[in-house]
Amino acid sequence: MRRVTLCLLLFLATACTSTDKGTTLVLASTTSTQDSGLLDLLTRQFEADNPGTQVKTIAAGSGEVLALGKNKDADVLLMHSPEQETAFMKDGHGVSRQAVMNNEFIIVGPSSDPASASNGGTIQQALALIARSQQTFISRGDDSGTHRQEMQLWSAAGITPTGDWYLESGQGQAETLVVASEKSAYALTDSSTFAVTRSIDNLKALRLVGLRNPYSVIVVNDARNMAAAISFADWLTNSKGQLVIARQGLFTPVTPAGP
Amino acid sequence: MHALRLLLDGDPYTLEVIATSLKISAVSLAIAIAIGLPLGLALGMTRFAGKGGFLVLVNSAMGLPPVVVGLFVFMALRNDGPFGQAGLLFTPTAMVIAQVPLAVPLIAGITMAAIAALHPDIRLQARGLGAGRIQQARLVAREARPSLVAACIAGFGITISEVGAIIITGGNLLVGGHNYTRTMTTAIVQETRQGRFDRALAFAIILLVLIAIVNIFLTRAQTRR
Repeated sequence: MRRVTLCLLLFLATACTSTDKGTTLVLASTTSTQDSGLLDLLTRQFEADNPGTQVKTIAAGSGEVLALGKNKDADVLLMHSPEQETAFMKDGHGVSRQAVMNNEFIIVGPSSDPASASNGGTIQQALALIARSQQTFISRGDDSGTHRQEMQLWSAAGITPTGDWYLESGQGQAETLVVASEKSAYALTDSSTFAVTRSIDNLKALRLVGLRNPYSVIVVNDARNMAAAISFADWLTNSKGQLVIARQGLFTPVTPAGP
Repeated sequence: MHALRLLLDGDPYTLEVIATSLKISAVSLAIAIAIGLPLGLALGMTRFAGKGGFLVLVNSAMGLPPVVVGLFVFMALRNDGPFGQAGLLFTPTAMVIAQVPLAVPLIAGITMAAIAALHPDIRLQARGLGAGRIQQARLVAREARPSLVAACIAGFGITISEVGAIIITGGNLLVGGHNYTRTMTTAIVQETRQGRFDRALAFAIILLVLIAIVNIFLTRAQTRR
């Protein structure tokens, strides 16, 4: 018994110290990049290109990502909530903000399209049709980048979404899509998460004019690993990082891939 | 703490979340007690072939991972699942269905152990005096009351603090701006995700205070003679 305990302690000790080699960069990102698998691809390639640097990723909602940045618990942020990002920079919490990639906002819903929302042509019109027919719509309701975009669209359409047809999940995009599929509800989502979420066969994307969803990388002011944070942001926006994004194919890199 | 004041000042959202938490926990606990107590009594009082295996089963079930139970209930209630027609997924009922199997083994297991620890003479004397099975069970339950209340306390503990099973089966939903399946625990998960740590902490404090209050009453019931 004592020997087993000793082994366990040794194991714990080595597990704790093994990360002390080199630099550990902390990257906080919104859930869509992790759910789509891109975050893993990026960190793996970055680590391969920069031996000695390890990347620890935290996937969270925009609010938590920004809070992690403000408290310097993260060195670099990858997110898609332009308004919040601008405010973050204005308040002096970031030293640089660069465009990385885009995907699209889309409306998904039951394949029968009971609200005839696809007749709307644009996302804003589609939302208006859903509200008018009071077909179930599920919102993220979590102050995320996607939720903020949704609220902007409602307000542009002159609608305050209330009533029993309007649900809020308070969860991530993938969870929200699962609820939408089970409840035969409409939802606003980013195209990348929709493409990779499984078991939501009940949903299809409506044919509407696309709406760009831009992602940026922010280096946190006074970050603990400033040098690594800057080199990650540069790597991500230069050809190497952009190529990883282009190869995966779920997001469009801001600079077209090189040769 | 600003958030705590806001919450305690009767913010309707907060009150709804607290109410949903207590309601789902109370219903789950009531059903679990109705199943778990008689089951524990029966297992503690009777002898039958294969009882050993049954006891292992109940004891193992005391450590059921909530998230696994949540997944099973989720799969069963999905549209494509065996009970999909009922349309119960992402409703308070689904949350209760997920919580009952978590609380029953705890209540049955603790009851069973308490009965087994009683002096066998109590029952033998009662039987000698001509008491029927139900009367014997009542007598045994009275003798073991502090332990039976402890079983209920454990059951309450899991139903009020559980999060893994109910977020999967309930969905943490608001409907038309009003709370539907959001509890204090799932709200804490959400507030943390959104980086609103002060609100998460406020919910955590309220949850702990409520647990303490309920346990004051339960402990009184346990020690009353």
